[in-house]
Amino acid sequence: MDERPISRILIWLASASFLFLLAPVLIVIPLSFSGDVFMSFPPSSWSLRWYASIGQHPKMIDAFFFSLKLAGAVTVVNLLIAVPAAYALVRLAPPGAATLMSVLTAPLLLPTIVLALAMLIVAARAGLLATPQGLFLAHLVVTLPYALRIISTALATVPIAVEEAAATLGATPLTVFRRVTLPLIIPGLVAAGALSFLVSFDEVVLSLFMSGPRLSTLPVEMYHHVESRADPLVAAISVLLVLFTLFIVIVVDRSLGLARTFVK
Amino acid sequence: MSAAATAQGPAQSRRGTTFTAATLLLPILLINAIGFMLPVANLAVISVSEIRSSGAMTGGWSIAKWTTVATDPFYWELLANTVRTSLIVTILTLVVSYPIALCLHRMNGAWKSILLVLVISPLLLSSVVRTYGWIAILSDRGLVNSALAALGAQEPFRLMFNLTGVMIGLTEILMPYMILALLAGFGRLDPRVEEAAATLGAPPYRVFWRVVLPLSLPGVALGSLLTFVLAISSFITPKLLGGGRVFLLATEVYDQAIVTLDWPLAATLSIIVLVVFGLALAVYTRILRQIG
Repeated sequence: MDERPISRILIWLASASFLFLLAPVLIVIPLSFSGDVFMSFPPSSWSLRWYASIGQHPKMIDAFFFSLKLAGAVTVVNLLIAVPAAYALVRLAPPGAATLMSVLTAPLLLPTIVLALAMLIVAARAGLLATPQGLFLAHLVVTLPYALRIISTALATVPIAVEEAAATLGATPLTVFRRVTLPLIIPGLVAAGALSFLVSFDEVVLSLFMSGPRLSTLPVEMYHHVESRADPLVAAISVLLVLFTLFIVIVVDRSLGLARTFVK
Repeated sequence: MSAAATAQGPAQSRRGTTFTAATLLLPILLINAIGFMLPVANLAVISVSEIRSSGAMTGGWSIAKWTTVATDPFYWELLANTVRTSLIVTILTLVVSYPIALCLHRMNGAWKSILLVLVISPLLLSSVVRTYGWIAILSDRGLVNSALAALGAQEPFRLMFNLTGVMIGLTEILMPYMILALLAGFGRLDPRVEEAAATLGAPPYRVFWRVVLPLSLPGVALGSLLTFVLAISSFITPKLLGGGRVFLLATEVYDQAIVTLDWPLAATLSIIVLVVFGLALAVYTRILRQIG
């Protein structure tokens, strides 16, 4: 709609900023093929040794599979809880629905470090530190607000007339939901599910507070590795993670367009 | 059910609906209460709890941590350092994000979607990965120092394990949030207004200062609030790029909670984070009222 050409200065400035934004992700790719023992850039030789060495770090592999299971469980339970809640808030509109919505999305507003400390103290008392249950609950608390918001938005766009028509024709509320509403909000469910999965899978602050030597997630293991040693191992893992994230993003983008998920 | 409900009259039907809603909301409310409300309320209690030197709670009350924090200059320094760093990071983030947001706002079609996805995609990567990338760029044997050495520099530039590195890393980490907030704010920016200004003879920089910038201020304010709040509470990047030499409120909360195990002190410091957060929100509301 804007016919004016974007001025050259703006393009240069934006390109430079773009390079700055993507630099840390881009540099990890060549670094992962380093043949050096320590991290240096550019590497003095090239090899696949750091990819091969991932296999010699069982803690990383265990952490990866735990993160995967955790994110999967969080996503499934998240949807099971968020869908009825969103339905109740949007369709049944009980008194105080708007207030409830703000209360339920409040965990997103609180600085993560404060939430993490708060959870750590309670979890320690309850004996939930470094347990799958503790991490599961913590991740659920921070992913539910995203899911609730996305699914509520999706529900609000379903024309109520379609549901009413089905109800008039004799369908019970449950049938209306299952046969009419649910199929219409599938893009929202995919978005909510994918976002929950990625948020849980990448979560590091809460996980760092809630895990211990016995049990930790992949980002936490990576954090500890980077903190104690400067070698290209994390670069190799990061490249695999970028590919993994890209895969999920493409799947979601194919089914609904990522941009729409974030920018309405 | 709906037919039965209608037969029972509207009042009873409404009560029935509310009951159904409450049942459907029960699980999420429980998780919110157990996983969010209770821990946060507990945090306030812990900050005024008495502890023995062993670290165990006595069950008594004490404002010792608050007096420690209020009287020890270290914590005032910590607070000043945190606020100063976060403000600088916010300004840097705004400066590097603005051109991208403006460019994206003026683009359309496939390129816009692709670039938008590229802007959002770093958000989907763990901050550990992105901070690690910065280590590869900023360390003594990293990209920048290798380039400088190739140009003849004798000694590596210290870009890491100090505040410079932390600010560079945080700026990049927080850029996507700023860009998205700015884009949302650019909604009010009608290209026809710019065109009108240009037609009336205003040179491009004048159009920017007098038309584009003022109209984008709500987005600037929102993005700055978001960036500032995320900056005061982030600690992964300050920890890794600061290498234990940069002290900020958030890193201190982590150290007290995980290393020293002084929970009352950690709780006190985290409440100070919340107070700074509240103040930032108040400033934002005031600014918004003035420009809105």
